[in-house]
Amino acid sequence: MTERSRSESGPAHKTLEIGMALLIGAFGLVVIFGSIKAGINWGAEGPRAGFFPFYIGAAIVGASAINLWHAQRDDDGRLFAEWGQLRQVMSVVVPTAIYVGAMPFIGLYVASMVFIAWFMRWLGGYRWLTVAAVAIGMPVLTYLVFERWFLVPLPKGPVEEWLGL
Amino acid sequence: MEELANLFHGFAVALQPYNIMLMVIGITLGVIIGVLPGLGGANGVAILLPLTFSMPPTSAIIMLSCIYWGALFGGAITSILFNIPGEPWSVATTFDGYPMAQQGKPGEALTAAFTSSFVGALFAVVMITLVAPLVAGFALRFGPAEKFAVYFLAFCSFVGLSKEPPFKTIAAMMMGFALAAVGLDSITGQLRLTFGVTELLNGFDFLIAVIGLFGIGEILLTMEEGLAFRGGKASINLRVVLQTWRELPAYWMTSLRSCLIGCWMGVTPAGATPASFMSYGIAKRLSRRGNNFGKGEIEGVIAPETAAHAAGTAALLPMLSLGVPGSPTAAVLLGGLLIWGLQPGPMLFVEQKEFVWGLIASMYLGNLAGLIVVLTCVPIFAAILRVPFGIIAPLILVLCAIGAYSVHNSTFDVMLMLVFGVLGYLLKKCNYPLAPLVLAIVLGDKAEEAFRQSLLGSQGSLGVFFSNGLVSTIMALGVVALFWSVIQEGYSRLRTSMA
Repeated sequence: MTERSRSESGPAHKTLEIGMALLIGAFGLVVIFGSIKAGINWGAEGPRAGFFPFYIGAAIVGASAINLWHAQRDDDGRLFAEWGQLRQVMSVVVPTAIYVGAMPFIGLYVASMVFIAWFMRWLGGYRWLTVAAVAIGMPVLTYLVFERWFLVPLPKGPVEEWLGL
Repeated sequence: MEELANLFHGFAVALQPYNIMLMVIGITLGVIIGVLPGLGGANGVAILLPLTFSMPPTSAIIMLSCIYWGALFGGAITSILFNIPGEPWSVATTFDGYPMAQQGKPGEALTAAFTSSFVGALFAVVMITLVAPLVAGFALRFGPAEKFAVYFLAFCSFVGLSKEPPFKTIAAMMMGFALAAVGLDSITGQLRLTFGVTELLNGFDFLIAVIGLFGIGEILLTMEEGLAFRGGKASINLRVVLQTWRELPAYWMTSLRSCLIGCWMGVTPAGATPASFMSYGIAKRLSRRGNNFGKGEIEGVIAPETAAHAAGTAALLPMLSLGVPGSPTAAVLLGGLLIWGLQPGPMLFVEQKEFVWGLIASMYLGNLAGLIVVLTCVPIFAAILRVPFGIIAPLILVLCAIGAYSVHNSTFDVMLMLVFGVLGYLLKKCNYPLAPLVLAIVLGDKAEEAFRQSLLGSQGSLGVFFSNGLVSTIMALGVVALFWSVIQEGYSRLRTSMA
């Protein structure tokens, strides 16, 4: 990677293109490997389970190889994104990952409240009153619409159990 | 004549008060979905799909398809007022719509956009009404080889007609097929590609992929581009509407051409986005005021909007009659049909008459309702847009999580959604198309089944795909579609060398 410390720098588009082509190609190899394990030849009942995915995997590897070649050849010096922009993106990805990871343990409602509050307070810079209104209002509304009206159960944690919902 | 009776019966179904209520709710939700960044038609419908599990299928599809029409309408509002295309197919609408709004004519631009959308959709619905039963009757003759040929044609059209590099389209599409193959093999009952992970037994659900790729991916893209919304005021009054309506008939030629382009692009699954660009491009080339395009020409709003809606609507024809959806949103609707226990395809027209004709009737009524709702409620929808992204973004993320969870009541799916979201962001940045990926996840198993059954019948000979006139024609069309961009380039080179 061509990293520089200036604020308007960032990873080159070319690097990401090459990385993407390699990643997809690797995925294709995994598919080929898995297909061979499942059997790619003809069995008693016709083509076996790995027959179709094997060719799919081969096509992925082939297409990725061409994409890789293209990515290597054209370099227009474009940036993929500036570091500042990527930081913005990561500031959403990381908390969302924590939110999603916490959901099985504390339930969807509590996790959503914390997540919305965090997002609005730290990224949006809203007053606590606004934050509280949205962060509590949205899960309550969700509860009413999903669980009460449409009878779709959503994951709950210890707090909901304690409240007896 | 039997079709006409069926259609009237369908109107009777769609006009039940409960269904009309769902129609209006659907349109309103759809417009909101279309207006908000990060919530497109496809993942909006995907998130709301679980809510419809308890409804009768006809009511459910009416509501979901109305969400779809609403999203199509909503995209135009943001393009014209804020120069932010809420949906990819409304990018071309910004070219002339936004300049018109800047020149103090937002009302005219919005009226032109909504009316053209309505005209485009209506044209496509009439086409569906007339053609669908014929296609369905024809499709009854289809065996596995013919079915596979139709899938082949659908996927080749993506490669040949999309504006992304062809090998990226192929790579994205094949990833979709591979993801669809994970889990239980439906023919041999054998597990494959799960690598011992029990969560993968049932494979990847495309709804999760849609919510992640389109919903989360879009939010990440928006985060990167910064959150500065320039608030704009919009008002439409009756006088502006009537005045614009008086002007519109003069552009009947543009409308008709855009309708035809839209229907064609919708039926071959290229979708609404290329249709709107193509229609805009052709209108620009053929119009006497072509040089003025891009500076606020009303024709430049009519052309893309008509084509986008015609394509969006026409995409439902192959979905209903062949079981091949023409767009990601149509694919989600198709997934809904499967969940409700309806098998899309020619037999649907025989076995589920009430459902099919109820849906077709609701397309007429839904679009009319949509036109009225958007014309009267533009200021409200524009106000939604002024809610800052700092509030909207976490709410959309939470909604996506709820949608992903409620598909199978599994928190593993929610994590998968986030993985798809990051993947969607990277793919989009690297110019890989997402629509063929999603369609391949939906159709992968069916395409594979058709392929293997054909091979079983022919004992492994690929000649079965050219064994009769019908299947050979479809396969040949597929090959032409696959190499379409090469053929086009060769043709224009030939022409320049002749001249």
